[in-house]
Amino acid sequence: MNAAARMRLIGIIRKESLQILRDPSSIAIAFVMPLVLLLLFGYGVSLDARHIPLAMVVEQPDANSASLVGAFRRSDYFAPRVFDNIQTAQQAFDRRHVFGIVWLRNDFSAHLLARGSASIGVIVNGVDANKARITQGYIQGVWQVWLDSYARSRGVELPLPVALEPRIWFNAAVRSRDFLVPGLIAVIMTLIGAMLTSMVVAREWERGTMEALMVTPVRIGELMVGKLAPYFILGMGGMLLSVAMALWLFDVPLRGSFWLLTAASALFMLVALGMGLLISVVARNQFVAGQISILITFLPAFILSGFIFQINSMPAPIQVITHLIPARYFVAILQTLFLAGNIWPIVLANSAALAVMMVVFLGLARRKTHKRLDA
Amino acid sequence: MNTLRRIFALAVKELLAILKDRRSRIVLIGPPIAQLIVFGYAATYDLNHIALAVYNEDPGAPSRELVARLTGSPHFDLVAQLDHDAQIAPLIDNKDALLVLHLGPRFSADLKRGKTAQAQLIIDGRNSNTALLALGYVRTILTAFNTDWTRQQGLPGPPAMLQIRPWYNENLLSRWFIVPGIVGLMMLVVTTIVTGLSVAREREAGTFDQLLVTPLRPIEILLGKSVPGILIGLVEGSFILLMAIYWFEVPLRGSLGALYLGVFLFLLSAVGIGLMISSLAVTQQQGILGAFLFLVPAVILSGFATPISNMPEFVQHLTLINPMRYFMVILRGVFLEGDSYGLLFDQYWPMAIIAVVTLSLAGWLFRHRMN
Repeated sequence: MNAAARMRLIGIIRKESLQILRDPSSIAIAFVMPLVLLLLFGYGVSLDARHIPLAMVVEQPDANSASLVGAFRRSDYFAPRVFDNIQTAQQAFDRRHVFGIVWLRNDFSAHLLARGSASIGVIVNGVDANKARITQGYIQGVWQVWLDSYARSRGVELPLPVALEPRIWFNAAVRSRDFLVPGLIAVIMTLIGAMLTSMVVAREWERGTMEALMVTPVRIGELMVGKLAPYFILGMGGMLLSVAMALWLFDVPLRGSFWLLTAASALFMLVALGMGLLISVVARNQFVAGQISILITFLPAFILSGFIFQINSMPAPIQVITHLIPARYFVAILQTLFLAGNIWPIVLANSAALAVMMVVFLGLARRKTHKRLDA
Repeated sequence: MNTLRRIFALAVKELLAILKDRRSRIVLIGPPIAQLIVFGYAATYDLNHIALAVYNEDPGAPSRELVARLTGSPHFDLVAQLDHDAQIAPLIDNKDALLVLHLGPRFSADLKRGKTAQAQLIIDGRNSNTALLALGYVRTILTAFNTDWTRQQGLPGPPAMLQIRPWYNENLLSRWFIVPGIVGLMMLVVTTIVTGLSVAREREAGTFDQLLVTPLRPIEILLGKSVPGILIGLVEGSFILLMAIYWFEVPLRGSLGALYLGVFLFLLSAVGIGLMISSLAVTQQQGILGAFLFLVPAVILSGFATPISNMPEFVQHLTLINPMRYFMVILRGVFLEGDSYGLLFDQYWPMAIIAVVTLSLAGWLFRHRMN
């Protein structure tokens, strides 16, 4: 790089940095948005159900039904409310005041004593299929605990043929926040990276200041580096802030290396900024650039990145589409680095994909910019 | 009469301004439809093709029977048969398997002697929700295995059995939950953006001053600007509803009138919020930012993807001012639970209040900012 080129580059970086410092909106995007969004998501998005309101219909109160109600009451997952008939319980269910009904008919104890023929009717609201499935699991857990204590109180052995001994690795307490918060960082950073460059550059096109830049001796490559460098620093600042919040506010463990995390984040930030740059070059107006960034970054990163919905469970054509979502690779890296540690095959494979995307986005943005200069 | 004519004229002008621009037309039509299709298929919590590896040290028939039951289920794909302890960790670490089932050498012997046999299940807990669901599937298969085994051996079964039935979504399909939610999501995004930018665009283009010197009164300008938002939201919302019913085959069990009353109230509150953003924003960039700063929390705190009841108490209170929260209940209530007006009353009135408050605030801000 010769002296003139260096001077031009420093000049353009200086101009962009001053612009950022004097226009608080990009600083707001880089720092206030991750703060607000991570707080909002970290507290707002949770898959851990607690104190699920449950109607328990006890038609014939006695010791057995009381012990079963007690088992539900002792569980942290349920907040049971006792009804004496199914009609009122059903009304509460229809009004969505309770999520499920456990129905002990009046012959419950009689059947229980007659061995093995008592049945406990359970209805759960299946509208939210995921919550319904998880709740079913919790209900089965309470039932198992109650069966054990029932057998013990009668001095009967009830050997289970096969007992399942689950070991959940990386997240033994099954806290959904531990995988949601790292995933959220990827979703939020996609958005912020793309917004930073797309809105700001589109504004220059709209105001005609881009044309003014084009007639200076600065080259396209220098212009792009000059625009990216300050936003890269801003974006990485936002990223650090998010990681700090994950570690100290949400208590997510970081089991991998911090430096590996930083390197992967830097790579991802370049992809996101490149995407924003490409959007702004194509759209050339803030209305369209803003809409495109929101439409193609936030929702796809939320839904198609595997951060909350498993990619393996999607239909094959959709799985192909997820390969085009940069957040997909970053979510895999972040969830692994935070919860599992430095697992190189995963980090390397996903970083390679990010590197390819970076080259494609920045290359396309460069080519499109060049065309305009000729026109 | 003149008022109506003037509002009508402005509404027509607004619609033309949005629809005549090729790019904004594409933005309004293309992405919502593409997203509905992609998300309708992608946004699912249901698990299938769970990668399962088996480490079976036991030569007996019962262990093979248990493994066969798991691998025969459509939920699981057998990815590896292990013969060594050390193979487990890399499989899980590299995400080649989500589950590893380990049966020790004494499995069949214990089972036949009437002693409880242990089945160890190692689960990748990086996504704790997936881990819990996968555990649930294995548990169901194992419970069936246990029941059959006790019956075959003539042993006494447990004194009481659970009969669990999910209502409204009998097969627990996530899609039935998510697709009605997407209807609300898309309507909110389109309406807020159309109205949120309508004033800022004119301010930037300088045509806003021209609008002010016309005989239109401020309230008429406001109404004229809200009509296109409602119309576009209504048309796009109806189209997505049709897709939900005929393409995704989500059953519509309740009253269509009750649904559209909800749609109308929801659009009014979305337009009110969009216009508030519009009167505050000087530039389109601010408009987009404002719309976005409203949209993201509105979606997250609506119960669209994760239940409101799981949120901390103070966040749950915060959701009460979110119109989308009520609309989600209406959509799912009408689609799946077969609700009509009566059961949805508690959702209508808060949206009506939100609509009145936001529209009046928008009107006040609008007049205030003009002077």
